[in-house]
Amino acid sequence: MSQTVTRIRSLADLEALHRQYAPELALRQAREAAAAVGTEPIRVMVCKSTGCRAARSEPTARAFLQEVAAQGLSDRVRVVQVGCLGFCRMGPVVVVQPGDIFYCRVQAEDVPEIVREHLLGGRPVERLLYAVSPKEKARIAARKDLPFYKGQERRVLKNCGLIDPDSIEEAIGAGRYFALAKALLEMTPEQVIDEVKRSGLRGRGGGGFPTGRKWELVRAQPGQPKYVICNADEGDPGAFMDRSILEADPHAVLEAMAIAGYAVGAEQGYIYVRAEYPLAVERLTTAIRQARELGLLGDDILGTGFRFDIEIRLGAGAFVCGEETALIASVEGQRGMPRPRPPYPAQAGLWGKPTLNNNVETYANIPDIILNGADWFRSLGTPASPGTKVFAVAGNVNNVALMEVPMGTTLREIVYGMGGGIPGGKAFKAAQTGGPSGGCIPAEYLDTPVEFDTLVELGSMMGSGGLIVLDESNCMVDVARFYLQFTQDESCGKCPPCRIGTKRMLEILDRIASGQGTMEDLDALEQLAETIRSASLCGLGQTAPNPVLSTLRYFREEYIAHVRDKRCPAGKCKELTHYRIDPERCKGCGLCARKCPVGAITGEVRKPFVIDPEKCIKCGTCAEVCRFAAVVH
Amino acid sequence: MIQLTIDGRPIQVEPGTTVLEAARRLGIRIPTLCYLKEINQIGACRMCVVEVKGYRTLQTACSLPCADGMEVRTNTPAVRAARRMVLELLLSDHQVDCPTCLRAGDCELMRLAQETGLRSVRFTGEKHPARVDTSSPALAVDSSKCILCQRCVAVCREVQGVAAISLAGRGFASRVVPFFDHELGEAACTYCGQCTLVCPTGALTEKDDTEAVWAALLDPEKHVIVQTAPAIRVSLGEAFGLPPGTVATGQMVAALRRLGFDRVFDTNLGADLTIVEEASELIQRLRSGGPLPLMTSCCPGWVKYAEHFWPEFLDNLSSCKSPHQMFGAMAKTYYAQKMGIDPAKIVVVSIMPCTAKKFEASRPELAGSGYPDVDYVLTTRELARMLRQAGIDLAALPEEEFDAPLGISTGAGALFGATGGVMEAALRTASTWLEGEPRRLVFTEVRGLEGVREASLTIAGQELKVAVAHGLRNAARLLERIRSGEATYHFVEVMACPGGCVGGGGQPLPADGPDSLPALRQARVQAIYRVDEAKAIRYSHENPAIKQLYAEFLGEPLGEVPHRLLHTHYHARQPVGIRVR
Repeated sequence: MSQTVTRIRSLADLEALHRQYAPELALRQAREAAAAVGTEPIRVMVCKSTGCRAARSEPTARAFLQEVAAQGLSDRVRVVQVGCLGFCRMGPVVVVQPGDIFYCRVQAEDVPEIVREHLLGGRPVERLLYAVSPKEKARIAARKDLPFYKGQERRVLKNCGLIDPDSIEEAIGAGRYFALAKALLEMTPEQVIDEVKRSGLRGRGGGGFPTGRKWELVRAQPGQPKYVICNADEGDPGAFMDRSILEADPHAVLEAMAIAGYAVGAEQGYIYVRAEYPLAVERLTTAIRQARELGLLGDDILGTGFRFDIEIRLGAGAFVCGEETALIASVEGQRGMPRPRPPYPAQAGLWGKPTLNNNVETYANIPDIILNGADWFRSLGTPASPGTKVFAVAGNVNNVALMEVPMGTTLREIVYGMGGGIPGGKAFKAAQTGGPSGGCIPAEYLDTPVEFDTLVELGSMMGSGGLIVLDESNCMVDVARFYLQFTQDESCGKCPPCRIGTKRMLEILDRIASGQGTMEDLDALEQLAETIRSASLCGLGQTAPNPVLSTLRYFREEYIAHVRDKRCPAGKCKELTHYRIDPERCKGCGLCARKCPVGAITGEVRKPFVIDPEKCIKCGTCAEVCRFAAVVH
Repeated sequence: MIQLTIDGRPIQVEPGTTVLEAARRLGIRIPTLCYLKEINQIGACRMCVVEVKGYRTLQTACSLPCADGMEVRTNTPAVRAARRMVLELLLSDHQVDCPTCLRAGDCELMRLAQETGLRSVRFTGEKHPARVDTSSPALAVDSSKCILCQRCVAVCREVQGVAAISLAGRGFASRVVPFFDHELGEAACTYCGQCTLVCPTGALTEKDDTEAVWAALLDPEKHVIVQTAPAIRVSLGEAFGLPPGTVATGQMVAALRRLGFDRVFDTNLGADLTIVEEASELIQRLRSGGPLPLMTSCCPGWVKYAEHFWPEFLDNLSSCKSPHQMFGAMAKTYYAQKMGIDPAKIVVVSIMPCTAKKFEASRPELAGSGYPDVDYVLTTRELARMLRQAGIDLAALPEEEFDAPLGISTGAGALFGATGGVMEAALRTASTWLEGEPRRLVFTEVRGLEGVREASLTIAGQELKVAVAHGLRNAARLLERIRSGEATYHFVEVMACPGGCVGGGGQPLPADGPDSLPALRQARVQAIYRVDEAKAIRYSHENPAIKQLYAEFLGEPLGEVPHRLLHTHYHARQPVGIRVR
């Protein structure tokens, strides 16, 4: 695939390269199998992003390469390594075209069978196909038929799982850099900004600020130089939207930043990416090098005289550096601490200069808005939140995965549709959105369309797109405590409401969870929350009380049970949980006694067993293993 | 001009004015804690929060630029609740030992608690990990009192360009420390003590040596003599309610006698002695070709700064000891002989406006007589505390005279207290000697409070280029120009503290908060010039006590005895300082 590339000096050069690679990509797109087995080209796509790599996708890919060669299939079968397909729980994921056959958890030892049966024999390997549950016999072969992909609209993620992220030629084959070409050759900066404004795109990093307006503000600001920053300091627990994009389609971000630079009048961009994303950093580094080599970054891009370059800055792991002013301080080499706004970065940002700052997913939306227009963008989503949103769904849900859905999709569709429901058929209790700055949305709002403003109304927020599913076994005091612990750990320490206030809130929650709480503590929590919300310096502090406020709003009775009745309804808070065996239900099978790690359960077979509370460590194993629901708390 | 309203009152301000400044112009007091005008406007402490129409959250007045049509309210229920809660939180994480705290009575945190009407602290719980750092001879740090306002960090970095301390750790474990959590004693700290002037609590203070001085005073075996720096007489009164700029020389002398000192002498005499030696050194270097520029060495903060940050200039520093060290050396030799007292029994106490002097006195090389030149250094603040402990009210005392012979001084010696003063005193003597007669007394070129001042003088037909810097960051700017060859001088004066010694790190704390420091320094400088003007003799070399000293004991300036007792040397110091650009 590697050919000597010369610099791209014009749209014609770009089109030539595109023509060279587009046919290959067409072979990788969903297509029907032809009637005659053994003649048509086959493409095997193995994911090489972080999730699948952790599940050992590299040996799988190597095995395919070897086996294909060994079977003499190299002339019509090509094995390619691609970016994230989103269904990380099923990794290593392999897709075979034609037929759009989706294989799950393919280990190296499975490869010979796939090559023999499927690639040579035309018969997909049943046992490696997807089933909706481990017990389910029925298999689903085609990716498009998987519930996980139904309902998704993969726009931002369209190249993820299609192209080799380390190949700029494939990116161009898939259409990358044509939006930049259009912007530079056919549009004025004002027209670019106007298109983004009309699209209604809102920042995907948390606040949902209208992107076009931000660009306009930076453009209107006097002073040079100006800077363009990409915030890739994704830090919400469980969220990996941005990592996935950077690992699978890094040129989407580079192209968008160059467009942004043209629009606002900047020649230099910085990508601030956390050092904990080594693979994303590696792929970005490669992508930047390739773009420079081809002349798509640097001086005189596409012969237009426009100059733009990008450098990477690594974050050292502070969550607060996702806050834009802290991020800017960190890029400058200062301690990553926020400063008050105004002045906003658009007015005085990096080194005091006008600075545009958007996150990865926001940028990744830009090229298609430029190419297809604002109306196309608005064709999905809601009027106030147009377009799609990528969610990282995790927690107590079957399909822990990355999915892109139109804005306005309901929680129910996300959790029970693409998310595949809750394991063990347990009841949905709440969805935590927006990371540690967000809140919990209870079951009564399952049918609420998910968009920026509805989530805020419900006391949560979109955030960057993390979505944690909670079920009946989750204690909401415990959940609030988890998130507060996170923000407390990640507070930068600059302002007292956040530094000390979250500490005091956490101490109160600790007391409540251990049965030491008072009703006055609930008032103090709310007062603290109000001051921290209104008086903290930055967004991290201002939103830190949200997990507590939203759980107090929707699950107050759970707090009261902890405080007044000294009881944890979900049985999570150990100090408040006392396991005992209901003699009516106990059949005397003795399973619990055998599984108890500390020998706290005794009894005679066929008679009710008993738990010794002195010995019990409240691990909950007995309750989990009991087939008769006889262990209660 | 920008139009806005604050609490319903319209005001017009220049673009760039903050809401806090605009409110102050209207006479509306917004409480502040971390704010230092133009030095620290970081919106960290959240005390100055106000409500602004259209803003979702409260805004910090110190950082918010006024905008047209802005409607600001400074005293709403939300504002009051937030300020009170912030203080409650700060106190819940503070070592509350107010009655025994060094800052009892002038603690900003306590004052704000009163102003916000906070009546109790509900929150108990963990306090941030704390450390008491007494590793330096000059400064004491008790981080259990630290509220992380960062005023010290800002002064150290922005004003002094030293950045010996900064924030480390995150969140609740955040702390102000030297790099790598080292202690101050092993940091590139100059001990200037400017941090102690701006600390709102008892977290950063001078190292307290009052108990040791009490012990000496109460020891009948000891002959305890005290000397007072030029800047003490113009500032000590503030600690006793006298207006800034009051010259209280006589009362100060009376107070020191009542404390029990056996002799009350004047560092101004030491200053005159320094001038005789340093003017001689200047003339010698001018004649022998260098090293030039000659740089003053009487400021121990500046000397330590040079040792850490600019070792390439150490040969430029005058070899003269600082005035109080010269004085101490004379006390333990000349005075001891003259009075027939065993120098081992003489205790020299220096009252200094300076914390770095405590470190200077501990330098092992400053003991040419076989005894340390100076045994104890007390800051102005410590002296005020001792006076209060002894029940002495400075303001109510009669005026008394210094003891002879080491209490006789000139107006030139007094000038040492103000930035440019050493330069002017040296120019008075050097120009007289070079021209053969006293032609000029006042050198207004080197006076004033500009950070760096330079002048080109003609003395005896020769051009003499001089420069004066105060505040170490200003000094760094000057040194950088000298280093690069952009500027050349014959004589340079550097004082570590803004304003010179009158603004020293050991001076009384600003009663109206640190924003009043510039005005305070101004008043003290003017008082210094009044002291000079009131003196009959205003040239150091005309001091009869100095003449007698050379005739009876020292011989010639720069001679063998002065070399042994009045001069010193410097060495590059670790850690190497990283210059703030």
